[in-house]
Amino acid sequence: MSMKFTSRPVGGITVLDLSGKITLGEGSVTLRDAVRDTLATGSTKILLNLGDVNYIDSSGIGEMVSALTAVKNAGGDMKLLNLTKKVKDLLQITKLYTVFDIYDDEASAIAAFSK
Amino acid sequence: MRLDSVLESVEKVETTAEAYAREAGFDEDTASNIAMVAREAAVNAVLHGNKKDPAKHVTAIFELSDSELRMSIADEGPGLDPDKIPDPLAPENIMKGSGRGVFLMRAYMDEVHFRQLTPGTEITLVKRRP
Repeated sequence: MSMKFTSRPVGGITVLDLSGKITLGEGSVTLRDAVRDTLATGSTKILLNLGDVNYIDSSGIGEMVSALTAVKNAGGDMKLLNLTKKVKDLLQITKLYTVFDIYDDEASAIAAFSK
Repeated sequence: MRLDSVLESVEKVETTAEAYAREAGFDEDTASNIAMVAREAAVNAVLHGNKKDPAKHVTAIFELSDSELRMSIADEGPGLDPDKIPDPLAPENIMKGSGRGVFLMRAYMDEVHFRQLTPGTEITLVKRRP
């Protein structure tokens, strides 16, 4: 299954609920478009909910890094929510776990944007 | 298997690798990681090696012995010097949007070998059976 997402506003934050695979091609392009479209609406605070992302490859990791850079360049912030073990392992191996701000529950993640 | 230089070939390599990994008795997580790094090698072959040239092909060989699973993925491109692959963990590379494929192969497999062909590059990925 390739990646799908839905977007919902929560207290001034845009939560992107992602599901499926973030891999080279359709999945990584979908993530790129989702973040770009969110930024285009003027929303620069993005929470990526990865709870239903069960598979990611190096392209997907790269796309997440590029998304973080794009959001920060727009003066905003992007945080990650609900990492599966597989994604968590990948971010740890690639030393990106500390690059991203990561949360296990949505309320804490939303609150962290106003800190 | 001999495959065209298209992204659909990547999926074939990945699903074949996962089937072999399960046949070898690896647990679900390990089998998934083996499939993922086979995918990375196939992506490199299709995109960076053959550059999607329809005249060039990707060759994938899977061998399951009593002791290990061995996967070899070869392209017909200009060649790759593994010593010149940037370290994705270096501070100047950590925020780059690409360049982690070979690193993940080395992280998840027991052995990763590069062999220069004429023309092309063969990557061999080895994982010892549980």
